Amino acid sequence: MSGLSQRHLIAIKDLEKSDIQLIFDTAKNFKEVLQRPIKKVPSLRDITIANLFFEDSTRTRISFELAEKRLSADTINFSASGSSVKKGETLLDTVNNILAMKVDMVVMRHSSSGAPQFLSKHIPAQIINAGDGTHEHPTQGLLDGYSVLEQFGSLKGLNYLIIGDIKHSRVAGSDIPLMLKMGAKVKVCGPPTLIPKYIEELGVSCEPNLKKALEWCDVANVLRIQLERMDTKFIPSLREYSLYYGVNRALLDSINKNITIMHPGPINRGVELDSDVADSKQSLILQQVENGVAIRMAVLYLLAGRV
Amino acid sequence: MQKRVLIDSAQFLLIIDRLCHQLIEHHKNFENSVIIGVQPRGIMLSNRIAERLREIAPKLNILHGKLDITFYRDDFRLKGKPMTANETDIPFSLDDKQVILIDDVLYTGRTIRSALDAMLDFGRPKDVELLVLVDRRLHRHLPIEANYVGKVIDSITTEKVKVNWKETDGKDKIWIVNE
Repeated sequence: MSGLSQRHLIAIKDLEKSDIQLIFDTAKNFKEVLQRPIKKVPSLRDITIANLFFEDSTRTRISFELAEKRLSADTINFSASGSSVKKGETLLDTVNNILAMKVDMVVMRHSSSGAPQFLSKHIPAQIINAGDGTHEHPTQGLLDGYSVLEQFGSLKGLNYLIIGDIKHSRVAGSDIPLMLKMGAKVKVCGPPTLIPKYIEELGVSCEPNLKKALEWCDVANVLRIQLERMDTKFIPSLREYSLYYGVNRALLDSINKNITIMHPGPINRGVELDSDVADSKQSLILQQVENGVAIRMAVLYLLAGRV
Repeated sequence: MQKRVLIDSAQFLLIIDRLCHQLIEHHKNFENSVIIGVQPRGIMLSNRIAERLREIAPKLNILHGKLDITFYRDDFRLKGKPMTANETDIPFSLDDKQVILIDDVLYTGRTIRSALDAMLDFGRPKDVELLVLVDRRLHRHLPIEANYVGKVIDSITTEKVKVNWKETDGKDKIWIVNE
């Protein structure tokens, strides 16, 4: 019967293990709701949610919006392009103006790490981080964890590998603490320029050789190469990256193990992941998207209990 | 705190038997009827009813579903904490079915109000009846009445009615507790 320990969802590292378990359990109930003829419950019909997307998004925005509608919440959508942000309005002013219209919860994506943390100190509404810069993307971490849980029954003792641009990845930022809290072992693999210094401090080990890393893991989460966040050259070329760190069929066939492949999307097909892997039975990519709605419903529902 | 046993296990079984026979009298061969237990405590009763019906009339094909109403409650947030849900399992359509909704105690009627809402998301039943083990008839907040009642109990609001089940508590019993 107990609720979440937090009032906002800013980062996985703020959550207790019991919070994560509660979100997973509630998501399971919502997954059943999504199978019904009428895929909607009235729980949040008195709640208004603002979706503030200061940075582009397809999957996350649609997923949050659908989750809100399935819970009967009223929603307003805001994206930075075509708004007064262009005229020089500050973040706090923009959000305060929206909140003046009586909004209970804010779902926010921003290109600056820490933006949701900053807002949570200045506004009364509850905040859900939908990705902030290179910091965290907590609902992605939760849906990744939930998808693996569904596949394997437990996260405890599982070998979880994250491949690619760890340095700029907010998905890695959320997946690492989530998997460690739930008892999995985590390794990262990628070019040394894209592995953060002192990553071992998090309790994660690093394996620069992709084939060795794949042989170790049960699940491999392949990250997108985020050219938009690279202000200098971190890799010589996409072609070279693909040669050393791209996951393809031949490589997976050469290891003596059937591993599960994940990707947070959008995929650069042929760069970090080949089509014949992304579209194979080994891939959890579409389950991740499906579970995303149930996970976001669970997070919204549980936080709304604390409005 | 005062405790008093209202129904012991022998009477309990008689009540279940009577309710089952009433159901058979009204629904005959259950051709178009289904029973739906309301989570969490109504499931204990609906399991027991389904089991006993099958013993009394082994040829009956009884469709039995479980309904969770957590997401439909009107007191969500009033209690300060969100309530964790239970499983809903209705693997059949309710369209044009005669539904028998089952819960353990009928008190304010708010649970049943939520259950009616939740149930309509699974189809449009032909009609809906309510079966309860205990009817605390003096404290209704809504105009809701049961069609089949195990035992009517007149109690005051400071009293609580508790149902114990053989499966979970060791013995079938109905208590009244004054706190």
